[in-house]
Amino acid sequence: MDKALQVSAIKDGTVIDHIPAERLFDVITILELDSCKEMITFGTNLDSKRMGKKAIIKVANRFFQGQEINKIALIAPHAKLNTIKNYHVVEKRVVEIPEEIINIVKCFNPKCITNHETITTRFNVVSKKPIELRCMYCEKITAEKQIVIK
Amino acid sequence: MYPKNLISITDFSKDDYLKIMKLAAEFEKEPNQDLLKGKVVASLFFEPSTRTRLSFETAVTRLGGKIIGFTDSSSSSVTKGETLHDTIRMVSNYADMIVMRHPLEGSARYASQISGVPVINAGDGANQHPTQTLLDMYSITKTQGSLDNINIFLVGDLKYGRTVHSLLQALSVFENPIFNFVAPPELAMPTEYKRFLDRKGIRYFEHTEFNDIISEADIIYMTRVQKERFNDPIEYEKVKNIYILKNSMLENTKPTMKILHPLPRVNEIHSDVDSNPKAYYFTQALNGMYTREAIISHIMGLK
Repeated sequence: MDKALQVSAIKDGTVIDHIPAERLFDVITILELDSCKEMITFGTNLDSKRMGKKAIIKVANRFFQGQEINKIALIAPHAKLNTIKNYHVVEKRVVEIPEEIINIVKCFNPKCITNHETITTRFNVVSKKPIELRCMYCEKITAEKQIVIK
Repeated sequence: MYPKNLISITDFSKDDYLKIMKLAAEFEKEPNQDLLKGKVVASLFFEPSTRTRLSFETAVTRLGGKIIGFTDSSSSSVTKGETLHDTIRMVSNYADMIVMRHPLEGSARYASQISGVPVINAGDGANQHPTQTLLDMYSITKTQGSLDNINIFLVGDLKYGRTVHSLLQALSVFENPIFNFVAPPELAMPTEYKRFLDRKGIRYFEHTEFNDIISEADIIYMTRVQKERFNDPIEYEKVKNIYILKNSMLENTKPTMKILHPLPRVNEIHSDVDSNPKAYYFTQALNGMYTREAIISHIMGLK
């Protein structure tokens, strides 16, 4: 079945495709779509040849900047963005992992100060594949499997 | 240009390291210099310490400065639930510099972002203890003549020991170091540090035996193998007596070789080593005072 029939089309806006199904709500949180006033439709557990199950989000009248959308790269590294104008895809983009991750991820180290006081977490990306993040505070490495969204 | 804080050993450049070595030697010749006259240094020890706190406070006193602070968190407002943020905001209004030890990792970096005055990290949990590393470097410089071409044996807990990780990073900027890691497999040097040396093309060798391999050493840096680091108590029992340095093992070592230890020692250096001229750990602790005078002067831009 065509996925366009599963999640209705938008006239203008952005389609974020190839999100891992289990990360859909993390993506919504990171992009702060829960407070967005535009029309948003999403589908999850859609069949995907490459991913098994995937999720898709369509946001009307929103066009994301690179830095803004790259925040989701940690949890949806294969996500693809389609910019839609008048029902047509006018641009396709992939997300890129930024060099610095600010206030998205929790440090995995229970003894890190960021887990004890209200602090904006900051990590340097020391490896992109697999993802390894060095905490700017405790200097410990949070590995891909340990990533928890704040 | 003076660095504003000392949080992590990598905050300092090679030039900073060399300047600290030079200043420490000057302070060793003349420890009492009134460079901090009229200045107040806050000594905030959120957990107890003997050597580090006393040597810092002695260093400030010998520089003519005054000290305020506390020696453990039970005598501060932390017991009332005050955050580190608020404590630092307040203290940085009173003092010209903060020396801080705290059990949480990253606490010193965080304090340096809040504080309007310089912060020196005197240990943040298992993370960094940069003034220890600088005093280790001063001890090596004094006994070996320089920080270049040093063959160093790091022995004991190389997995969790923060002092060995920082020393490895610091020595890696000098000419031709050779690292020998002597540890049980459970406490081996973490891969990230070995990868770091690989990237820099620095030689290192790993050993689980602790015997005559030390004959090539310029420095033997001993650390404590702690029982609580082992998941399996049987594994601890197997190795607990292997990583103990005894006087009889020193026969074939170089005449200029010195033994360092960040202290406190438990049983990893047998007391029969203490009278051997190669034992340097108590002088090393004294070097800490000169090194801390040097660090304070450098950060405050006094020299």
